[in-house]
Order: sequence, then C-alpha cells, then structure tokens
Amino acid sequence: MTNFFRRLTGRSQPPSKDVARDRLKLVLIHDRTDVSPAIIENIKDEIITVISKHVDIDRDGVEIKLQQEDNENRLVADIPILKSPRRRAR
Amino acid sequence: MSGTVITVTSGKGGVGKTTTTANIAAALAADGAKVVCIDADIGLRNLDVVLGLENRIVYDIVHVVEGAAKLKQAMIRDKRLPHLFLIPAAQTRDKSAVAPSDMIRICDELRAEFDYIMLDSPAGIERGFRNALAPSNRVVIVTNPEVSAVRDADRIIGLVESEQKGPPSLIINRIKPEMVKRGDMLSIDDVLDVLAIDLIGVVPEDEQIVIGSNRGNPVALDEKSRSGQAFRNIARRIKGEQVPFMDLDKQDGFFSRLGKLIRPGG
Ligand SMILES: Nc1ncnc2c1ncn2[C@@H]1O[C@H](COP(=O)(O)OP(=O)(O)OP(=O)(O)O)[C@@H](O)[C@H]1O
Ligand SMILES: [Mg+2]
Repeated sequence: MTNFFRRLTGRSQPPSKDVARDRLKLVLIHDRTDVSPAIIENIKDEIITVISKHVDIDRDGVEIKLQQEDNENRLVADIPILKSPRRRAR
Repeated sequence: MSGTVITVTSGKGGVGKTTTTANIAAALAADGAKVVCIDADIGLRNLDVVLGLENRIVYDIVHVVEGAAKLKQAMIRDKRLPHLFLIPAAQTRDKSAVAPSDMIRICDELRAEFDYIMLDSPAGIERGFRNALAPSNRVVIVTNPEVSAVRDADRIIGLVESEQKGPPSLIINRIKPEMVKRGDMLSIDDVLDVLAIDLIGVVPEDEQIVIGSNRGNPVALDEKSRSGQAFRNIARRIKGEQVPFMDLDKQDGFFSRLGKLIRPGG
C-alpha cells in the first residue's frame, strides 16, 4: 500500500485523509459497541490461555479485532498455530 | 399554523452551530417564513451577536421561564427581516435555570405563531443539549470534516435516535475543497460513509463568515457569498425543495479560471 502511494504521488506516506478515515472507522466501532481496546486486550489474553491448553499457538501472532460490515459488528480472531516439528517427524 | 422546531446541535464545540442557526434562520425569514431563533446556550449567549441584535436585549429566556417576562416581551424583532425574531439566552445564569419541560412549553406556544422555531444547542450532551432536543421536530447535526467532530456527531446521532427524535440530518461545515483534493481532508463521502445519515448541506470554509459575524450580518443575506448560497440552499431543503448540491470546486476569480485553462480538468 505504502509503495503504491509512493509511486503514485511521490510521497512516502498515505494521504492524511486516509489515515483520518481509518482511525475514525476504528474509533467509531469501539464507541458504538462500547467495547474498549482494553476489553479487547483482556479477551485476547483469556483466549490465549484457553486455547493454549489444547493447541500450541503463536501467542505474539494472535489478533482480536472488532469489525463492522454494513450494520453488523463482529469480533474476529486470528490465532496462528505453531508448526509442530515433533509431529512432522513422526 | 403549527411550526416546526429545528434543533441545531453537534456534540463537539465550535463547529458552527450558532453560525448555522443564524444563517438558516435568516435565509428562511428572507424567503418569507416566520422564524424565531432561541439561544439555548444559557450562560454563553452568542446568537444575539451573530445576528447583530445584542444591543436590543431586555429580557431573556430565563425571565420567561421564571415568569418575570412574557414570551412576547423576550422576543427581539430583527430590523432587516421583519419575519425574524430572537429569544436570547441568559448570560449570567447556568443551564439548570431552564428544564426540558420549559422548552417544550415555550415551543408549544411559539408553534402557533411561527413556521420555524430554530434552537441553537450548546456543545456537549448535558442539560443544555437535552433542553434543545426535548421540543424538537427535526434535528440538524453540524460537523466539520475532522476525526473528533465526526466522532462526536456519531455519538449525538445515537442519542437523538434513542430519544426517538431521529433521523437527524447532517451539515458538513468548513470544508476546504483544495485540501480534500490534495488528500488532506476527509471528503463529504468519507463522512457520509461512516455516519450514514441524510446530508442536508455542505458549507465551505469562508472568510466572509467571520466578516459577517464581525458586523452582525449573516452571510446568508449576502447574495454574492458562496457560504451564504450554501446556507440559502439548506433553508430551501428544509422547506422541502430539491436543491442540487453546489460544486465547491468551482472558483470564481481570474487566476483560478486561468489555472483551469492551463491545466484542463485540474
Ligand atoms: N464555514 C466557516 N468558515 C469560516 N469560519 C467559520 C465557518 N463556520 C464557523 N466559523 C467560525 O467558527 C467559529 C465557531 O463558530 P460557531 O460559534 O458558530 O460555533 P458553535 O458550534 O456555535 O460553537 P459553540 O460550541 O461554542 O457554541 C466562529 O468564529 C465562526 O465565525
Ligand atoms: Mg454556539
């Protein structure tokens, strides 16, 4: 994306209005659902704890996001599973 | 007659509520409607100076609420526009001097005599906002093309809808077309995309607004002013007319015309 802008406009950053629009969208999702970024962090920590009991996951790669499409808000979780060398060896 | 109560509000301060109230009211009255504006910003009155009526105040809305003056006595008639009246806010009292029920009672009385009752809401979501919302038939939200102002507008939309006073319509004020073009200001579409409400007007950033406020002459009464035209268009849309949105990129003036000749399509 950044490369695209650099080629298109000769600047190294996306236009500030795009930054504004993205920040606005994100802040509105949190405002409207009354779910703060802090709550998301807590959810993330708890999900990591629960899932780790059963599966080896890449804790640093876990992402929990609030998303809005049309009139629906949803929590989207992306939880990468660690490759398990033990199993592949088998 | 049963007039329409229009509440002008925003959440965020300083986005142009008072300017908008004064100009829509002036445009409606210049067009023959009977209009009264009420300054609901108790303690921080401003609408009187924007309309140029500050020297004629004897009674204010708190006098009316407390029974020290009749409604008629607190109404100041604009000398330029015989159909335009102002009920000023008290300057030395606070917002608790007026309750939502007082505003409902006052507006009910005014509806019998006026086509439009325009309420200039204070910033915020507290008592003053509640006062301005309580008697409303139609809510107009003013915002600027900036993250904080749009965010607050979103909050207000939610509150208006939860009070069953919606759906509100939106005015985007202080847009600078050249900044939008260069990608440094949220565009009209960006704002509408996130707020998803009806747009009733777009007002450009315009020095004439400051000059008009300096003199107490609303720009809406200046035939040549572009922001004045924007306010006149809003007034016509409020009356139910279909008015196309003006092309804000169009600049008069020799140099911009020259610029267009040199860079066609720019
Ligand atoms: N389109 C515009 N172009 C240039 N200046 C503007 C424009 N709209 C408003 N202003 C200026 O911005 C300032 C704030 O406007 P105004 O008082 O109408 O805002 P407000 O929302 O009523 O503020 P408050 O929340 O304090 O009541 C004023 O000085 C006004 O002249
Ligand atoms: Mg004001």
